[in-house]
Amino acid sequence: MDLFKEQVNRLFEPATFIGLSTVGFFMLVYSRRVWSTTSFWVGNVVLTLFFGLSALDPNFNKVITKPDNIPILIMVYTAWWTLWLSMNQAITNDQRMELGLPPDEQEDSGKKVWAWPDLVYTELLAMLLVGGLLVIWSIFLKAPLEEPANIADSPNPSKAPWYFLGLQEMLVYYDPWLAGVVFPGLIVVGLMAIPFIDFNPLGNGYFTFRARKFAITWFLFGYIVLWVVLIFLGTFLRGPNWNFYGPYEYWDPHKLEALVNINLSEYFWIKWFQQPLPSNWMIREIPGFVATLAYFSVVGFVLTKTYLKQMHQQMTTIRYGILMTLFLSMMALPLKMLLRWFFDLKYVIAIPEYFFNI
Amino acid sequence: MTDSRQSPPTSPTAAPTRRAENILGAEGLSGLRGKTSRRGFFPWLGLAWVSITAGFAMLAGVSLRFLFPNVLFEPPSTFKAGFPSEYEVGAVDERFKSKFGVWIVRDEATLFALSTICTHLGCTPNWLGGEQKFKCPCHGSGFYIDGMNFEGPAPRPLERYKIYVADDGQVVVDKNSKYQWEKGQWDNPESFVSMA
Repeated sequence: MDLFKEQVNRLFEPATFIGLSTVGFFMLVYSRRVWSTTSFWVGNVVLTLFFGLSALDPNFNKVITKPDNIPILIMVYTAWWTLWLSMNQAITNDQRMELGLPPDEQEDSGKKVWAWPDLVYTELLAMLLVGGLLVIWSIFLKAPLEEPANIADSPNPSKAPWYFLGLQEMLVYYDPWLAGVVFPGLIVVGLMAIPFIDFNPLGNGYFTFRARKFAITWFLFGYIVLWVVLIFLGTFLRGPNWNFYGPYEYWDPHKLEALVNINLSEYFWIKWFQQPLPSNWMIREIPGFVATLAYFSVVGFVLTKTYLKQMHQQMTTIRYGILMTLFLSMMALPLKMLLRWFFDLKYVIAIPEYFFNI
Repeated sequence: MTDSRQSPPTSPTAAPTRRAENILGAEGLSGLRGKTSRRGFFPWLGLAWVSITAGFAMLAGVSLRFLFPNVLFEPPSTFKAGFPSEYEVGAVDERFKSKFGVWIVRDEATLFALSTICTHLGCTPNWLGGEQKFKCPCHGSGFYIDGMNFEGPAPRPLERYKIYVADDGQVVVDKNSKYQWEKGQWDNPESFVSMA
């Protein structure tokens, strides 16, 4: 049993866990059979078995029964439900359209219902149910105030509110001004910009996957892998000192974990060219500047010739450029994670003199 | 259909004159003349303008004054930290962490004061004696005993404060001056006390 638990713990290490989540995500999205009613229940049973059996483990039990962590449990289920519901409808529609039928939504679009009682009554019921649930929740799950804030004593681990744990995970890989200001801003601005970038009318008013593969896949990648999975990771798998702890591992604040990190400039000058770091930061950080510029320009350009050839032809240059900037900024997070896990890379550009690090 | 509320019909030219008389009295517009002249109006306007501006200026002044409280319940930024001989080689002194936010560290040759503010996002790291490192609970940044960042996202080493030995032989830490490694300031003799 302990051996089994150890294996599971290893499966949940950040690199493996996020890697497997990504692979699993693409397998789910690209396999049509998964979105049947049977698999909906299979998914729920698997999740319930995992949480239920894991709750027998005292270490996991301690984390999962913490009142603060109940919303994450609910979120895992609801994320699956909403994802399944939309994908199920999309696949159904794709199959209907293959047969030359109109999308499912059109069947209903001619029907009309009364605001009262059909809509308002439902709203009233929902309001009462949610209100009652919140009352019961607040009675049974305590969220007490902690001791007065003390600047010299940060709680260990210090966790953000659960909905920000994805951002906190991002802060492990990026400088505060990027992970705390620029990227969150880009997330909000980028989501607002979607209607202005994406003017494809396919899928307006009905679910479809086949016609909108790029848009749906990468939106869901950002939402499922880079937000939901990271919140899960931050809640259940990050313990004291923000170290990784497997789900069945005791949160030992003295767990020793070697995480020595090296900047790209140190790799470049010291390791590869056997030289001391140049004293001028502009010369020192040249490899970082080149790498960053190359990432944003070359990758965007290569995509125009390959994966996004058709899309590039249909879009104006400015629109495509904005799309690429947003897309590549999003992909910068998993990329930096990979670099950190496999090369211990701390910063691509590191100019501590001016608080500028990428 | 007749509407009882409808006003009696009047000729369109006669109506405005009568209304003006009603508002301004029997003299009409000429009744205003002589009471306030056009020129006489401007001093009043000026006075109103000045008083409103003065009022706003006072509000702004009071608000600014509010930002500088009469009494500050903060520990002094300069404090005495005992005699240099009290410090053991290789030990991190945590006595001044909670009150002043300072660790005092003694190595072979020097004594120096480290800031307890993580250079990543400002949490307070913990000293882990077993692992000989400062470890931040927020995002996992780690620092060696000398303050150098070596793991996690912290982009630069912990900052050091000015430290010197006063005339009475006691160590004094002055948090008003700080010394940053990345600016080459740790070589500054004010940033450490030589124990050689």
